Amino acid sequence: MSDTTETTESGPVLSADGTPLKRSLRRALRAQKMRALALIAPLLIFVLVTFIAPIADMLFRSVENQIVSNTLPRTVVALQDWDADSGELPSPEVYEALYDDMFLAAEAKEHTRLGTRLNYEQTGISSLFRSTGRGVDDIGEDHVDALEDLDEAWEDEAFWYTLMTGGEGAEPNTALLEEQRRRLADLTSDSFAGEIGFVPGQAISELLPQTARAYTAFALFTVIADEDVVAEEEPWEAVKVALIQDLKAGADVAGYDGPGAAELVAAQQMVADLPPIDFKAAFLAEDEDWGAIENWKTIQVYSPEFTSGYFLNAVDMQKGPDGPEARPENQQIYIMLFQRTLFMSLVIMGSCILLGYPIAYLLSNLPVRTANLLMILVLLPFWTSLLVRTSAWKVMLQQQGVINDTLVWLGIVDDASRLVMINNQFGTIVAMTHILLPFMILPMYSVMSTIPPSYVRAARSLGATNWTAFWRVYFPQSVPGIGAGSILVFILAIGYYITPEIVGGTTGTFISNRIAYHISSSLNWGLAAALGSILLAAVLILYWAYDKIVGIDNVKLG
Amino acid sequence: MKLTKTLMATTALTVAGVSVQAQDMADSMTLVSWGGAYQKSQVNAYAAPYQAMHEGLEIVWDESSAEAVAKLRAMDEAGNVTWDVVDVVAADALRLCDEGLAMEIDPDEHLAPAPDGTSAEDDFGDLLVGDCFIPQIVYSTTFGYRTDMVPDGVEPPNDICDVFDLETYPGKRSLEKRPINNMEWALLCDGVAKDEVYDVLATEEGQQQALDKLDTIKDDVIWWSAGADTPQLLADGEVFMGSTYNGRLFSVIEEQDQPVAMMWDAQVFDLDGWIIPANLPEDRLARALDFIYFATDTQRLADQAKWISYGPARKSSAPLVGQHADLGIDMAPHMPTDPENAKNTFLYNYEFWADYRDDIDAKFQAWLAQ
Repeated sequence: MSDTTETTESGPVLSADGTPLKRSLRRALRAQKMRALALIAPLLIFVLVTFIAPIADMLFRSVENQIVSNTLPRTVVALQDWDADSGELPSPEVYEALYDDMFLAAEAKEHTRLGTRLNYEQTGISSLFRSTGRGVDDIGEDHVDALEDLDEAWEDEAFWYTLMTGGEGAEPNTALLEEQRRRLADLTSDSFAGEIGFVPGQAISELLPQTARAYTAFALFTVIADEDVVAEEEPWEAVKVALIQDLKAGADVAGYDGPGAAELVAAQQMVADLPPIDFKAAFLAEDEDWGAIENWKTIQVYSPEFTSGYFLNAVDMQKGPDGPEARPENQQIYIMLFQRTLFMSLVIMGSCILLGYPIAYLLSNLPVRTANLLMILVLLPFWTSLLVRTSAWKVMLQQQGVINDTLVWLGIVDDASRLVMINNQFGTIVAMTHILLPFMILPMYSVMSTIPPSYVRAARSLGATNWTAFWRVYFPQSVPGIGAGSILVFILAIGYYITPEIVGGTTGTFISNRIAYHISSSLNWGLAAALGSILLAAVLILYWAYDKIVGIDNVKLG
Repeated sequence: MKLTKTLMATTALTVAGVSVQAQDMADSMTLVSWGGAYQKSQVNAYAAPYQAMHEGLEIVWDESSAEAVAKLRAMDEAGNVTWDVVDVVAADALRLCDEGLAMEIDPDEHLAPAPDGTSAEDDFGDLLVGDCFIPQIVYSTTFGYRTDMVPDGVEPPNDICDVFDLETYPGKRSLEKRPINNMEWALLCDGVAKDEVYDVLATEEGQQQALDKLDTIKDDVIWWSAGADTPQLLADGEVFMGSTYNGRLFSVIEEQDQPVAMMWDAQVFDLDGWIIPANLPEDRLARALDFIYFATDTQRLADQAKWISYGPARKSSAPLVGQHADLGIDMAPHMPTDPENAKNTFLYNYEFWADYRDDIDAKFQAWLAQ
């Protein structure tokens, strides 16, 4: 009894229902928080799904490089031991692995995608892969012909099917099937799940490992991609080449008693008399560029699943044999464009402040009726299409344009030496300042209209001159408006690309023009993502610096 | 079982009168093209007659051809391709084919034979570049110049190298803001033989040689990125001569009556045509193939030339090219393929540019920005 009383006195305060007040309060607050969260949930999910996720996905592409190891999995592994500096071509095993990978990739029509990807790094790989894809099924042709001439069974789809399943009731090798499923799914980025009516036999996969692998890939592809029946399709040349390789490697077919054992023994005897298939010579005959060490280096350097190559490229560097190195001077462009973008955005921001401040001041100090009328003049261009305004500047600024015509008419400028005001930095600065001006005026105006006029009057009555009253009393109170306007204009300017593209010529274009080019023309999305990431990082750093120097609390939109 | 039968009977009744073929085709189709006069010519020559034949068919036009490759790739990644037939230049068709985004075409199966029975494969001939591309027109990138800006006592420019001759022909030029075509022209005018241009351009020194030649006129060049830029610059008198697509120049000269003339020398032929996106659902694919079969037959290709001065891609269409629908002038002399105009021509080298595009573009842009 006394114990209980003690606890109650020294213990936590209880609410009416006997639970500790702290806990009950927390519960109440949590319920409130959940309700608030539920209210903003639709917006939060919307922003996450439609804004954050796509940006994250896009930025991820700047390091992602799985296409090489997905398309050429065995080649990449075989190539690991190759010493690129030895000056010698990779070993014949690499070429054999390449045949295996290339055949499947060509069937799935993925080899040209990889060719395009690697062509960004090494000129010529695009057509190398395209032409090889066309000719890859001719490799080992003589051997396959010899096999088929020996016994028609090797052209018989049903015979192959029975051979590879190992006949009724044979122990299945599901592990191999699943492995090939994953490989094809990686290669094509499609799902290869589902029943295919074929499982390789355990015994035959141990006897003829390469053949079983190639046939399983063939079976999966036939059923899931081509929607045919395995037992009714003759296997690819690659399967027959794999068989020849297995037999040559000395598979112990004599000790095998499954279906097709007799044919295998005969085939092995026949194959023993043939010279080995020379994959290296075959690839070099397809395209002599397979003998170029540079191409192999590129495949090796870009074989990891993630690469820093795009980021290096984005800062005018490249992956060399001894780590990152500068690009040749005649290809350096991005650093210069980043600097130019930052510099011009600052100039545009500055000219917006200079032009916008007096207007905002005027607007906030005029009687409401007049101010509203002027406000419409500010907003009117804001409501006009960006393209219309940019094109209008073209008409104004070009050499046969309105301004030059007027100057010539007034006799200020000679007809032969009309001013060049467009297709250069000047044109971009003028057009963008005009376009972004409302974003400066509006926040300035909303801050200025909250500054009580009595402060300036008080300063004057205390003896300040007009200038002192403005500079010491009014201006400091309008700084948050300048800050907000500057951030808005600067961040908008840094990502602009339509206006610089139209009026910028060659010296007035921004980094965003190159990003747009890589997104829509060269399709080098990895590089575009890397450039975009750097731009995003630059903005965040500047924002952070602004916060440190001016303080983000000092920014007001109204 | 009974229900299925009833359903089948009802369906059969409903579709009676409608052709069986039409039943499994989608009744709406999205075509992608370039907008402007070119798209108008396609509406007039292909889409309108096709719609007249198929009542209730809805055709939606999307003017996205300029970004078709990027958009199609994005659609494919999102797993929702909404386009059925896409108009692209041959180089883009090749890239879409490489990326696995366009369907492979069998010309003799998917395209109509010529009226005289020649197979489609022979009728289109060499223009069937790549495995997915269905050629439609031959256009060329060539020069136009202001006739009133030719200095007194000088022959009007008629040689590609006049573009590089600032002394005889002073004034600004407009060139496309990309290496393709410009590099070839520069080499041609720097003493490289026509059949060696690409061998030279494949080397580091050759690329530098071309840029050095372009450097001699760099200060007098306005670089364009949209096909409409040069016509506007010519009409305003901003430039003396400029490169653009021949159809754009035709409309400046014939339709807008500006003092501009064509300079056909060393015009670069290029092809524009259709592709069908890969992996379309069956009903939409059937519709797309049916439309393609109709829209690329001999008469339809010849009809398009009534509205725009681009040459039909079929040999059998050439004799059928008639007069402009509104202006009533003969179109044949305005075709890039007309023998009078095609004395010295170049064909866009797709293989070369597929390989060298990224490399040379990087150098070209770095050179431009200097």
